[in-house]
Amino acid sequence: MQPDAPELLTLYARMALIRRAEERLAKLFADGEVPGFVHLSTGQEAVAVGVCAALVEADTIASTHRGHGHALAKGVALDGFFAEIMGRASGLCAGRGGSMHVAEMRVGMLGANGIVGGGLPIAVGSALAHQVKHRPNVAVVFFGDGAMAEGALHECLNLSALWKLPLVFVCENNGWSEFSPLARQFGASLAALGAAFGIPHEKLDGMDVEPVAAAARRLVAAVRSGQGPHILECGTQRWRGHYEGDPQKYRDADELAQARSHDPLVVAAARLTAQGIPADRLRAIEEEIASRIDAAVAAARASAEPEFASASAGVYASAGAAHA
Amino acid sequence: MPEVRYAAAINRALADAMTADDSVVVFGEDLAVPGGPFAVTRGLLAKFGAERVRDTPISEAAIVGAAVGAALSGLRPVVEIMFMDFLTFAMDALVNQAAKAHFMFGGQCSVPMVVRTPHGGGLNAGPQHSQCLEAWFAHVPGLKVVVPSNPADAYGLLRAAIDDPNPVVFVEHKALYASKGELPEPPGHVAIGVARIARPGRDVTIVTYGACVALALQAGQTLAAEGIEAEVIDLRSVQPWDRAAVLDSVRRTTRLVVAHEAVTAFGIGAEIAAHVSEHAFRTLAAPVLRVGAEFMPVPFARSLERKYLPDGADIAAAVRRSMHGG
Repeated sequence: MQPDAPELLTLYARMALIRRAEERLAKLFADGEVPGFVHLSTGQEAVAVGVCAALVEADTIASTHRGHGHALAKGVALDGFFAEIMGRASGLCAGRGGSMHVAEMRVGMLGANGIVGGGLPIAVGSALAHQVKHRPNVAVVFFGDGAMAEGALHECLNLSALWKLPLVFVCENNGWSEFSPLARQFGASLAALGAAFGIPHEKLDGMDVEPVAAAARRLVAAVRSGQGPHILECGTQRWRGHYEGDPQKYRDADELAQARSHDPLVVAAARLTAQGIPADRLRAIEEEIASRIDAAVAAARASAEPEFASASAGVYASAGAAHA
Repeated sequence: MPEVRYAAAINRALADAMTADDSVVVFGEDLAVPGGPFAVTRGLLAKFGAERVRDTPISEAAIVGAAVGAALSGLRPVVEIMFMDFLTFAMDALVNQAAKAHFMFGGQCSVPMVVRTPHGGGLNAGPQHSQCLEAWFAHVPGLKVVVPSNPADAYGLLRAAIDDPNPVVFVEHKALYASKGELPEPPGHVAIGVARIARPGRDVTIVTYGACVALALQAGQTLAAEGIEAEVIDLRSVQPWDRAAVLDSVRRTTRLVVAHEAVTAFGIGAEIAAHVSEHAFRTLAAPVLRVGAEFMPVPFARSLERKYLPDGADIAAAVRRSMHGG
């Protein structure tokens, strides 16, 4: 099913929000307002947005160290998102996690993850909970091609297939495992791995949000109806370094230029224009996003820094604590 | 009071918890159809069905990691790792994920999960099936570590662990599974972090936990015949551990011996000795002494393992050294 123009417009707006939010984060990082490590997903927005378009709020996702797009696509609060990454008390995680640990349980975002492959078993467990509780929900795990070499993936493919869990494996294959190309990292293919465990695998161009959303809807519907786990492998492009400040000397200039010539926002905008959506409609979207981001950054700057005493009192949950 | 075996008390706690709360699920290697390598989970599958009692493949990382995700999504998983030694495969799930989720996500969620696992030697199971690794987990903020010494505590602490909103490593001892003890009817919960005086005494405090409690009680009997009255404190949990109970006892006896089966170096005993010397140094009449295994892997041969494992005589000898000023 081809989403009609208004839906593509929604997808475009979500991708633009991620792009502009991460551009702002890059600036804030360069200016010293974002401490620590920041891994931007610029270029990969269509995967997060396309996949999350197939989900409802009670569906759950587990994410990666490059997880800003997943968080925003799943609907985390923008103010809390910026405040968290800027290390403020009003952050989604009270400033205790930062960029690599953005989470919002309320919207089914079980957390970015600082450990490559760390989200995989968590998503398996979340899918198990959906199954045991007979909920109509699915779990989705995002992982990069680098995680294909992790043993956890192999265990999770096997376990989810054995238990027919409502789980979608979404691989964002950007061809780079941190600083090394996929060809030097992985000796098999995800398709072959899926086949080994009897898990259906589909591979597509992750730079075009419409086919990603369409495929995600199809797979999520199959998984929701009890057909067991599925794999969606999205070819995508990592425009920026492994981390902000990474000079990417290990990448060939032509390859990098080629990667940056693919832009899911440009693809979507061109299609919207061809469908008769006026340019000022897109401009209005951009303006609204800019003002939302300005407001979120201003709110974060105005927020207090986290209190140490509050953090140190928060190591253990007390009885009767929130149980998501 | 009826007597039950340690393994049966754990089985009863699992069954009672599953009856009380249908969010409690149990999964691990060979625990459903086969009933567990030590028969601890026998009968649960028939009682609660294949949805809540599951055999897993041999995938420790996925087992414990899935417990984290399940706990974040509304279940109270109790998973089993067949031997504590195999937790090495599950360290990411426990240390980086389970232990930190409540803190690192700003208190948005709790992680109510239990990892049951047996430690300890005595079965000639060799270097990879006998270790006592509880100190590793006690060192990680966010985890609780429980080590019951008898059936009533195994029942009561497991019920408390399952109810706890935090991830709990529940350490059983292979050599205790067949041991018998009283279990009150109906059996009750036992709070995590509250020690028990297993034997009152005025002359010296022996702090211990798990299977070593029985050894310390043996030592206590031997010493009583020599006119030394040892107080034996069963910690029941090592994270958190009952600092107040230990300090209170030491202030009365002025002498402390800490005994555990785990290697002494960098162990639970070291933490307790340091804490007591920081907070009660002037009340000590002798140096704090530790009894534990030598710094070596657990050896296989009967003659080697027998010598390796601390026993009641080792504890009694340490107490005598303490009585004579160390």
